[in-house]
Amino acid sequence: MTDALLTGADASTEVPLKRRLRRAERTRQVKALALVLPLLVFLLFTFAGPIAGMLWRAVDDREVRQVLPQTVAALADWDGKDLPDEKAFAALAGDILAARTSGTIAIAAKRLNYALNGFRTILTSTARNLKAVPEPGTARETLGKINPAWRDRATWATIKDASGPVTGFYLLGALDLVRNVDGAVVAAPADQAIYRNVFTRTFIISLSVTVLCLILGFPVAYLLATLPPGRSNLLMIFVLLPFWTSLLVRTCAWIVLLQSKGVVNDSLHWLGIIDEPLRLIYNRFGVCVAMTHVLLPFMILPLYSSMKAISPAYMRAAASLGAPPVTAFLRIYLPQTLPGIGAGSLLVFILALGYYITPALVGGAADQMISYFIALYTTETANWGLASALGAVLLLATVLLALVYGKLVQGQQVTGGMKN
Amino acid sequence: MSDNPSLRTPSQRIAWAATIIVSTLVFIFLIAPILAIMPLSFSSGSYLTYPLPGLSLRWYDDFINSPRWMNSLKNSMIIGVASTLLSMVFGTLAALGLAQWKSRLKPLVLAFVLSPVVVPGVITAVGLYFFFAPIGLTGSYLGLILAHTALATPFVVITVGATLQSFDTNLARAAASLGASPLYAFRRVILPLILPGLASGALFAFATSFDEVVIVLFMAGPEQRTLPREMFSGIRENISPTITAAAVILTTVSVILLATMEGLRRRNERLKGGNA
Repeated sequence: MTDALLTGADASTEVPLKRRLRRAERTRQVKALALVLPLLVFLLFTFAGPIAGMLWRAVDDREVRQVLPQTVAALADWDGKDLPDEKAFAALAGDILAARTSGTIAIAAKRLNYALNGFRTILTSTARNLKAVPEPGTARETLGKINPAWRDRATWATIKDASGPVTGFYLLGALDLVRNVDGAVVAAPADQAIYRNVFTRTFIISLSVTVLCLILGFPVAYLLATLPPGRSNLLMIFVLLPFWTSLLVRTCAWIVLLQSKGVVNDSLHWLGIIDEPLRLIYNRFGVCVAMTHVLLPFMILPLYSSMKAISPAYMRAAASLGAPPVTAFLRIYLPQTLPGIGAGSLLVFILALGYYITPALVGGAADQMISYFIALYTTETANWGLASALGAVLLLATVLLALVYGKLVQGQQVTGGMKN
Repeated sequence: MSDNPSLRTPSQRIAWAATIIVSTLVFIFLIAPILAIMPLSFSSGSYLTYPLPGLSLRWYDDFINSPRWMNSLKNSMIIGVASTLLSMVFGTLAALGLAQWKSRLKPLVLAFVLSPVVVPGVITAVGLYFFFAPIGLTGSYLGLILAHTALATPFVVITVGATLQSFDTNLARAAASLGASPLYAFRRVILPLILPGLASGALFAFATSFDEVVIVLFMAGPEQRTLPREMFSGIRENISPTITAAAVILTTVSVILLATMEGLRRRNERLKGGNA
């Protein structure tokens, strides 16, 4: 202690300058980190924590364990090959009677019904008709008499699969997979398999919107990057005004324009092009048009900044070396815009994947994207496990694409730096 | 069209003309819907079709005299201003810290700080719904303000960070060498210079909160419904001209924000030009 104090006091003469500099730098770094820390803690509470909680819900499976604890324990060593033994039946009868008293039977019934349609009825009818604890040795017979489903191995396999505390049930479900009676992962029955379809649809809509944005955005970005600054700044308003206008206003505007008595249909009718109003909204066409409108600025802006960085000297050099304009464009200009094309396309695609509001308002039932189902299962049917599992899949896709985007934008900055 | 010096051959002129034509069409596509909805709000009829039967302000009257719409406007302002202030505090501190912090972890921390922008709104909303409900933050102003702050802060970090990047740290050093305490130097030297960056960060934050609807859909009780939330249910039920009046009011706010932003940018460019 005294030693430390002594060296501290003599630091100015004893400690080499290098070390003192390093120490000062370290203090600076600690201070810098202290400034970032409040935001990190805040985001942990308002963003990362909630999302981690959602991911946890995708695998959390404790309802059945809480309501039917003895049954879960009795099924622990059941091999699933035949019906479980008398002990499990007695445990189930006991659990059901206890759950009836505490009024928790519906919780387990809801969870089990997700896995096996009709389980709710099996459980509630059993609870209603089970008068008292069965005599020792008669539980199997009693339950089988109340509901023959208890003589079915699948009923018991469902309980065992839902024993928790964690499950892959919801995550498998989000990919249209289920565990069969023997515990093997198989494709879900066709009438329940809808999510792969929804993911494909989400992917196709996002891709179409990205391609549309690229086709429409490229010439605009080129024009803005080529015009003298005064004029391009003025035209930039056309891109920035929609960018700043509320999403709801823009979606509302498209409904007004595209509805059957809307401006577009009226104009086409007046021009004599159509007799009957076209169906332009509440379908895939409406979704793609409105989403392209919303996301187009996100394509134009990165394209514009990558094109702005291309020196016109390259094109002039190509021309002076005898390259025809098309060749010069394809071989010289286009390759240099590729980072911008990549960044813009990825950005639009990522944003499109998670879209909810626009498809919800201008799409039909067959145009709802994955976000719609996540919202539906959260607020309407309260199937939180499935909502979270679908959310986890969407989040995974977004994070992977965002990582690629990060690499791309970083690379772009590096090349930009080299050019300067 | 003669202002493009590289145009020599006819084919280049055709390509340039095509660029202009296509771009004009895209500009119309971008702007027309916003312009088309405006006159409808001044219609005296209740159908959203042209030609207008006559002009009137009845739908604005309807908006102003509707407790539902006025309450939503009030809520949007309260939540927008509160989350802007909060995100300015967190975001500016973090941007200042990140500008000085040197670590291999920095890209990771930066990615985390910016992630609320990239993560789909529905995912954030569902997470917050589960997380805030047990602690009584759903259906409360505080819950919405905190959520909107989380969404808005990345924009503050980006804009303020960009300003700091062009900030000459020698000025801070000069202040220190002249005996200014760090806090004094910040207040008198750094703050005035990065103020435009702070202002655009604030505008971005406010715009983010003012336009947000997915989180409000999940978390707001009937008391906290914001203007976009009322528009959402209005569009779902049946679009009445009152919604177009609300849309015009929202657009006016956006135009004011955009104009302020553009003004700040111009001022910044002028200052930069003056220095050079």
